Amino acid sequence: MDKYRNQPDAVQALVREDQVHRDVYLSPEVFALEMEHLWRNTWIYVGHDSQVPTSGDFYTTTVATQPVILLRGEDAVVRVLMNRCAHKGAQLVSAPSGQCEGHLLRCPYHGWTYRLDGSVRSIPQKSGYDGTAFADSTAAQGVVVLQNIKNYRGFVFVRLAQSGPSFEEYFGDSLSSIDNMVDRAPGGRLEVAGGTLRYLHDCNWKMFIENLNDTMHPMVAHEAAAGTAKKLWAGQPDTMPKPMAVEQFLPFVNGYAFFEGMGVKLWENGHSYSGVKFSIHSQYAAEGEYETLMEQAYGAERARAILGEVRHNTVYYPSLTIKGAIQAIRIARPIAHDKTLIESVTFRLVGAPDHLLERTVLYTRLINAPTSVVGHDDRHCYRAMQQGLATDGNEWVSLHRNHDPVEREGMAGVYNGLSEVSMRGQFRAWARFMQPLKPTGESV
Amino acid sequence: MSTLHDPIALVYHEARLLDEQRFDEWYALYTDDALYWVPLTRGQPDGLLHTSLLYEDKLLLKIRVERFKSPHAFAQQPRSHGQHVLQAPQVDSVDAVTGLTVLRTPFFYMESQRDESVLLSGVAWHHLLPTASGLRIRMKKVELVNCDAALPSIQLFP
Repeated sequence: MDKYRNQPDAVQALVREDQVHRDVYLSPEVFALEMEHLWRNTWIYVGHDSQVPTSGDFYTTTVATQPVILLRGEDAVVRVLMNRCAHKGAQLVSAPSGQCEGHLLRCPYHGWTYRLDGSVRSIPQKSGYDGTAFADSTAAQGVVVLQNIKNYRGFVFVRLAQSGPSFEEYFGDSLSSIDNMVDRAPGGRLEVAGGTLRYLHDCNWKMFIENLNDTMHPMVAHEAAAGTAKKLWAGQPDTMPKPMAVEQFLPFVNGYAFFEGMGVKLWENGHSYSGVKFSIHSQYAAEGEYETLMEQAYGAERARAILGEVRHNTVYYPSLTIKGAIQAIRIARPIAHDKTLIESVTFRLVGAPDHLLERTVLYTRLINAPTSVVGHDDRHCYRAMQQGLATDGNEWVSLHRNHDPVEREGMAGVYNGLSEVSMRGQFRAWARFMQPLKPTGESV
Repeated sequence: MSTLHDPIALVYHEARLLDEQRFDEWYALYTDDALYWVPLTRGQPDGLLHTSLLYEDKLLLKIRVERFKSPHAFAQQPRSHGQHVLQAPQVDSVDAVTGLTVLRTPFFYMESQRDESVLLSGVAWHHLLPTASGLRIRMKKVELVNCDAALPSIQLFP
């Protein structure tokens, strides 16, 4: 018997102000409902427009487990199409990326072709449809093109639900983190570069997302990885320049006071970032040539302000996390309640020296790759939770750290860096968007 | 010829040390300026401006080897075990001046951690350099056939 489907009260009861029920991670039924509600009502990251630089370029991925195509049209506009032939449903494109042959989407099964805007161009032996109701069917309308799409400074998001909050309402000031990452390019834009890491996690997608602003874990979970790096470097004189790898590893074993002082900033709808005052990226070696280019592009004062923002992870709930200071993003692509693909994508700051991309690539390899010693210990902990939560005797996950009942009035603000407030904010958004919304985005 | 003077024997020996987890001995097979490279894409020309699965100098390799000794390497509870199955290594080239010898070795590699295992396959390229104390590995480049797959954790050395 369904425990949660058609039982909105049971779904809402999974989330308390300071605790969540384990079924938010363990239940396949809750996962299915998340894909039908939370991941449809909210704005989900698809890809970056630099991945489809010219007309006819495509990039394939999933949104809420559904295969989609990011496609640049004849009019240079970037669209997101459902990756499904209008006829019998075959995926139109199977390659991860490429260029549409002849600027058409062509189904590999019966050869239906579509223009880049999704409309039907040709159907073999079309006379077979004469005298049928085909012309009035959904199939005749071609490939489904998502109508709620936003290209924000190259970052393309969609909302699957027809109605709901606008992009600007949904993300609000949290877009300042994307702004900062783009502004870090002397040329004012980003380009995807350096390859995509695809790391399979055997855990619920929320465990990954929550971890991005969990500042109580690095000194424990990453002690062996970053602590070993620290130990091996310990004998070196202060005058010895730190290799970039050491510079990137060491802050992971900073003490609690460091992470507490970083601060965490919350917006409504589950978005947040840690590293308000400083972050693990604050102490990297100066990049003289790059800083000069930034000053030339923006003027000294503005350049200083841009580079002075060194935010740690910003969570664009529920699908995207970005690290503007290092130009790397991670995308959660849920597969099942206990299976999530984490994609790591890196960017070139247009107009910046190659060394910046080298730093980005090193970071993503050291921290985010399936071969990363930091990633290994994170993934181990996620799986340990996925398995440990199956135990009886305590069905609740504690999110009490620094909880203050005043959060009921609204959660936007800056908090103690060690607080679990970002997770409470995520679950507040979760509960809200797990129910049908009025066209205005308000809960029904 | 001893193991450290016969290039083909050295390739087999290296795999054996890895599979028997004799990491300190394995580490000593590499030159100080060595590189252990597992590209992320086929034909990847570069490891600095493109992400790799591994692109490790001796410092990064040392961090891995020493981390295994820590009781707090939680992802190594229980330990992972790896097994290389090598096709006969072939000498691909020998540099007449430096003596740098490049070998090509197709392989299967399985890494197992209790109920989870990952199967990797590809070609390993060993660049061996003669030194006063015998041959040393200057670079090992591991080109995986499934480099673009969504992968679980790979914790040892393919």
